[in-house]
Amino acid sequence: MKVLVPVKRVIDSNVKARVKADQTGVDLANVKMSMNPFDEIAVEEAVRLKEGKEHHAAGTATEIVVVSIGVTQAQETIRTALAMGADRGVLVQSDTDLEPLAVAKVLKAVVDEEKPDLVLLGKQSIDGDNNAVGQMLAALLDWPQATFAGKLAIEGGKAVVTREVDGGLQTVSAELPAVVSVDLRLNTPRYASLPNIMKAKKKEIAMKAVADYGVDTADRLKVLKVTEPPKRSAGVKVADAAELVSKLKDAGVL
Amino acid sequence: MAVLVIADHDGSVVRDTTHKTVTAALALSSDVDVLVLGKDAKGVADAAAKIAGVRKVLLAEGDAVAHGLAEAVEATVLPLAGNYDAILTPANTDGKNFAPRIAAKLDTAPISDIVEVVSADTFVRPIYAGNALETVQSADAKKVITVRPTAFAAAAEGGSASVESVAAGEAPKTAFVSEEMVKSDRPELGAAKIVVSGGRALGSAEEFHAVMDPLADKLGAAVGASRAAVDAGYAPNDYQVGQTGKVVAPASRAPSSTWPG
Repeated sequence: MKVLVPVKRVIDSNVKARVKADQTGVDLANVKMSMNPFDEIAVEEAVRLKEGKEHHAAGTATEIVVVSIGVTQAQETIRTALAMGADRGVLVQSDTDLEPLAVAKVLKAVVDEEKPDLVLLGKQSIDGDNNAVGQMLAALLDWPQATFAGKLAIEGGKAVVTREVDGGLQTVSAELPAVVSVDLRLNTPRYASLPNIMKAKKKEIAMKAVADYGVDTADRLKVLKVTEPPKRSAGVKVADAAELVSKLKDAGVL
Repeated sequence: MAVLVIADHDGSVVRDTTHKTVTAALALSSDVDVLVLGKDAKGVADAAAKIAGVRKVLLAEGDAVAHGLAEAVEATVLPLAGNYDAILTPANTDGKNFAPRIAAKLDTAPISDIVEVVSADTFVRPIYAGNALETVQSADAKKVITVRPTAFAAAAEGGSASVESVAAGEAPKTAFVSEEMVKSDRPELGAAKIVVSGGRALGSAEEFHAVMDPLADKLGAAVGASRAAVDAGYAPNDYQVGQTGKVVAPASRAPSSTWPG
């Protein structure tokens, strides 16, 4: 089974996003960038499918291709995935940040070319927080989708996915090929070892451009402004339960 | 311009997230219809018809839509989409699952998790885990939007819309296997007025429940948990609040030991 894992280069999750003073966006100059944490989980699961870790049979995945759409530096993000155990990469270069619909269209073109049996990706990127690309890619391909995976098993040509939904867990089974988007608790991604980081330097990354795929990637949404959220007022400490109750009564919640 | 709201319900009761989404829809248009997807959901449809401002309720009944399978929801909504300029649904795990799928089929850019309607084509939504707010203007003729329910007031009761049946779609390549829902008599976390939230300092699952449960019951509150407490196994996954968990907007929140963030 061939697995395609789309990954995105985003602001590091430990860095606090700061809004630019001119309200045109979030300041990313000289900010540490990393692989989107949810995508890291997708890469880890793909590697486990290949290695036969956890409940997966060894060789469930035979080839792992990592694709990223973004600036030249997104090669580093792909290289990180290669060091974790992916086989080769594709970078679709774009100097502008594409909207989810455009990303899904480019990914569809990559899928048409690569013909994977499974697309495994993070449920959302921690910058745009759209939570849309996986679902849109599945729609464009007319493939089944299983989002927010907390557990994944490949059985008899199907992806059996336990989804983290409001109120509990839902298990669905989707015929392959399928798109599976992953949630936080699917696995804990590994740190790449030094030998694997060295090996990853020799793995192939194919360089492409958005124009190579001939799809419409025009923006549909115009960002009018990006602002800081209203400041939250500080909380108060109470000495004892009686004071808490009286404060809650004052607030009208009791 | 007409708007379709896809309702959120538990099979018997219309959740107030639906009422809140209707409020957002009414800011776009006075012609708001509600689509109820489910099985044996006539009661839900009748209840949705009583939301003030609703013009008409459409009821689609089938197994696949009752389980919220995105492919089936897409197949149900697409034939109806021609009648509407916008399709809205609460930004819960169901809405987030099917809304982008519908948007892609309509070749429209989905607008996720809006917290404000500025005008019929302009919306505010949080990005970067809520560290920034983005105001976006859509150039698409047809809009697909998920609505953060906690950002809108609930539409009142008092409507008397008609209910009509529409065909429910199928999900030929996806099958529902099972579900494990946490049963609780407490209010739902996403909609609760009072939330008591526990953190890792509680030390164990036993201690978490020993402290949090009686407190929540006394206050009539929902129980939430920090990511650290959930990761440590003290509380179930669906208790988690924050970027990866639920968005809560209580009138009051009593964190026992939750590290802010």
